[in-house]
Amino acid sequence: MLLQKKRLFIALPLILLSVLFLSPSSVLAAGEKEEHSGEASHSPGQEEEKFNAGIMIIDHIVDAHEWHILSTRTRHVSIPLPVILVEQGKVHTFMSSRFHHGHASYKGFKLETEGKNEGKIVRVIGDSMETDQNAPLPLDLSITKNVLALFISCILICIIFISVARSYRKREGHAPKGLQSILEPVILFVRDMARSSIGDHKYERFMPYLLTLFFFIFFNNLIGLVPFFPGGANLTGNIAVTMVMALITFIITTFVGNRNYWKHIYNTPGVPWWLKFPLPLMPLVELMGVFTKPFILMIRLFANITAGHIIMLGFISLIFIFGNINIVLGYSVSVVSILFAVFMGLLELLVAFIQAYVFTLLSSLYFGMAMEEHH
Amino acid sequence: MELITPGIGLIFWMTLSFLLLLFVLGKYAWKPVMKALKKREDNIEDALRAAERTRQEMKELKSEHLQLLAEARDEKDRMLRDAKAIKESIIEKARTEANAEYNRIIESAKESIHYEKMAAITDLKNQLAQLSIEIAEKVLTEELSRTEKQKHLINKLIDEVDIN
Repeated sequence: MLLQKKRLFIALPLILLSVLFLSPSSVLAAGEKEEHSGEASHSPGQEEEKFNAGIMIIDHIVDAHEWHILSTRTRHVSIPLPVILVEQGKVHTFMSSRFHHGHASYKGFKLETEGKNEGKIVRVIGDSMETDQNAPLPLDLSITKNVLALFISCILICIIFISVARSYRKREGHAPKGLQSILEPVILFVRDMARSSIGDHKYERFMPYLLTLFFFIFFNNLIGLVPFFPGGANLTGNIAVTMVMALITFIITTFVGNRNYWKHIYNTPGVPWWLKFPLPLMPLVELMGVFTKPFILMIRLFANITAGHIIMLGFISLIFIFGNINIVLGYSVSVVSILFAVFMGLLELLVAFIQAYVFTLLSSLYFGMAMEEHH
Repeated sequence: MELITPGIGLIFWMTLSFLLLLFVLGKYAWKPVMKALKKREDNIEDALRAAERTRQEMKELKSEHLQLLAEARDEKDRMLRDAKAIKESIIEKARTEANAEYNRIIESAKESIHYEKMAAITDLKNQLAQLSIEIAEKVLTEELSRTEKQKHLINKLIDEVDIN
């Protein structure tokens, strides 16, 4: 009896979810078609009648100058974002809505729609839509989709942890409560991880960085899984973001590295001399390791999160691909697709935590290695 | 290609935001949190240590208590043993005394019997002597005329009257 009830509890939300996704999916599928035919009238050269899963997926995981919410039969709904361009010492600022989703130029700039600079803002000749091939790319410091997501997540993290810190101050010496009790085990988890990999006495000065790193990655991974507005940006799956974090880890590692660490790199003990002397093979390998470590950090997080987004979008795309062949086929595929997407979503929740953990753990291990005393 | 090319703008904003986040959280969140956690852990540690100490004390107290109990038991045993010994000695003493008294009484009884017997014998001897004298008196008075008969009579009388 109980088991049946339990099964019902699992099955019911799944069915509801599939139904929920089914109804708008048909609308979207139809809309997509319409919209593309509408676009076709804009630029008759383009032959993009069919839904293209590859383009859709890439559009969703790369950065953009507007935050796309949804597209209906007649128009795109998106949040315009400020564009900030620096060119020859001059700063140009305007809203990205001036570009009309790439159909217009403004102040001599336009959104490139093809070629190697696709998606970037380029100079045009005069007021036309023709790209100025000779002009260099302007320095683009726009508040893009990812930058906005970054700001939102930073503010969210600040609010959450400052309030947690306040409850620590208010309830000093008492058991944790509410949000504090949810986050405390995680904070302790990060602390214990740092303590075991850096060492009992030296770990404390790295705690602010490691905790910030962990929660930044973890929260942004989770926010990235939410499919609509404040979420949905592929922030931790963006290589610029992971690069900055890996770079900070690299800089800290380099600065805290002690004599022993550098000696280990340039004159590795316990290695035959002929691996070092005429040809500095071992030092080269070790030096390469210094750079590959943060590089791998950067690639791992980027690839994991981006791959997760691609798979999720792939499952959703299947609905439209089959829907374009036959509407009934689209409906039937949607059930399977949604089930897989839900499963992937759960897996991604796990990945969100694991990747934050791995990045933080490896960073702390590198710090620990750089500060290891002679043994 | 755009996917793996880091954008300058995002690098700029990310560096700025992340460092700012690090600074703000480090100052207003992690510092008080870590301090509070450390303080609480120290408190817990102290409490645990105090509990351990108290337990040790309790254990010592208990062992002391047990020792006291054992001592009391020993004392009791000892007292019981003593009492038993005293009792036995008293009984023994009484017995010896009674024996001695008994012996003394028997002795005195024997002595008095002996005296009585001696007195009786003396008395008998006296009476016998008296009787002998009376017989001799009678014989002397009767047989003064006839010597033969006198002799015969004296012998007969002496035969009759034996001491025992």
